[in-house]
Amino acid sequence: MTLEQVRQAANALELRDVEKKFKKKRNDFSYALKGVSLTVKRGEVVGILGPNGSGKSTLVRVISTLTLPDSGEVRVFDIDAVKEPREVQRFINRVSVEASFFKKLSSLENLLFGAKLYGVSDRESRPRIKEILEGIGFDHKRVGEPMEHLSRGMQQKIALARALLTSPMLMLLDEPTTGLDPRSKKDVQTLIRGIRQDHDSSILLCTHDMGEAEELCDRIGILLNGELIALDTADGLRSKYGTSSLEDVFMKATGTSLDEAEFVQDMAEAAPAAD
Amino acid sequence: MQITHSQLDKPGWMREIIAIWGYAQRNYFLTKRYFWWEVVWLVYSTMNALTIGFIGVGFGTTSEEAAKVTTFLLIGTLLWSYLSMIFDLLSETVSWERWEGTIEYTFMSPASRTAQLVGMGIYAVLYGIVRMIIMLGAISLFFDMSLGNANYGAALGILAICSISLVGFGMVAAVMPLLSPEKGQQVTSIFTAVLLLISGIYYSIDVLPGWMQPLANISPVYYALNGIRNALLEGATFTSQWENIWPLLIMGLIFPPLGLWLFKKGEWFAKKTGRLKRSG
Repeated sequence: MTLEQVRQAANALELRDVEKKFKKKRNDFSYALKGVSLTVKRGEVVGILGPNGSGKSTLVRVISTLTLPDSGEVRVFDIDAVKEPREVQRFINRVSVEASFFKKLSSLENLLFGAKLYGVSDRESRPRIKEILEGIGFDHKRVGEPMEHLSRGMQQKIALARALLTSPMLMLLDEPTTGLDPRSKKDVQTLIRGIRQDHDSSILLCTHDMGEAEELCDRIGILLNGELIALDTADGLRSKYGTSSLEDVFMKATGTSLDEAEFVQDMAEAAPAAD
Repeated sequence: MQITHSQLDKPGWMREIIAIWGYAQRNYFLTKRYFWWEVVWLVYSTMNALTIGFIGVGFGTTSEEAAKVTTFLLIGTLLWSYLSMIFDLLSETVSWERWEGTIEYTFMSPASRTAQLVGMGIYAVLYGIVRMIIMLGAISLFFDMSLGNANYGAALGILAICSISLVGFGMVAAVMPLLSPEKGQQVTSIFTAVLLLISGIYYSIDVLPGWMQPLANISPVYYALNGIRNALLEGATFTSQWENIWPLLIMGLIFPPLGLWLFKKGEWFAKKTGRLKRSG
């Protein structure tokens, strides 16, 4: 698949009836995704709202070819992600809640390595690293410091820089601002807005922050217990459920608040451990 | 900000070579960052080799015999240090990434598993050679080794062939942590221990119980040790050691593709069962 063919695809992502269940014990399965269907158009930012354990991370793992679905279809720029994972991998990148880095290596070393995995040589990546780091307000003098010396917010910015370095056509953001202090959170959100404006990227953003979803996304989906129960623009959702806030939309769509849903999920996850 | 998709226009083979270089370079960066730990392990391995060398000195009744026994033991020690390091580095491919928390990032990248394992293998061989030379230098200060007739070229040739089969053997073992995140790495330690026992590193395999001796035939380390000992102690030429070379060549042809095939199967299983996660 060439870059031109990818550019001509109408949709960046298409999921049709995707199901995934995991075995807990013998004959005991838990559904992570139940018949999820979703489309992200080229250049669109789609947010997925859901409490912890709702299936957001499994959804991102399935799209990023790290988990194989039990059934259904996953197409990225019209390429089958299950049959041709390596083709898909060329066009996507991901930033997750944990900034996965070699902690003892510096940000420069991590970035050089990350770029090479996508076929970007040192000669190409060094000037781009400088440019991207300047763009995100990272002091270039600190590029030699081990990642473990950097704050969480700074590490998350480097994670975004690493993804940008490979110019992904589809960016998967799995709770990129969770656990960040308000200042870092704002910086990362500004960066995400910048990616949308400056890069030829489509974005799937998983979050449990309603304000973030509304501010950054064209359309918002609500995922609960592995089911996508709503998907529309923020205004569309409000009008559909006859409410004035996304919090109320979530409440009406799920019968519970996001905080309550997270509490119930946390309790459910803690229960087997207590046995 | 300038958007470039230059890598997307590159041919696949070029992206793979860049990725292979990436893995080898990353391991070099990691060795630099953990430098003092590397020094600690090198000192420990050298002390261990010296201890084994002195056992050889104690067992010889004449100085000539002592030199021969010592050389026999030290060749085994040095070679084991080199080969077990290659095996460990390869077999830890998955557990290391999981421990660092980078496994998902690595496995979702378009670089193939072949590129990953070849990159790891190249670095392991180069690093192992540097480490072995340093150890050899330190050891030679303490012992009068019986290397008057040594054929170094033949020894290096056999070492090179054996390195390929050991890289493949490591790939086979690397699949274990994919199948079982909790216990997989421990299983690879059992692989190492069995290789140590059956390969005749510190003794001739003739001293093993009869039922155990045939097991040496499936260990590349056994043939490498035989060949290198013959070359260094007796001055045997490369071509005169066909009985040690052909099994190594066959293992070198079988183990790397077998390791890759198993690794890909293991990766599929891990993706199907959701085991490809940063934590166990």
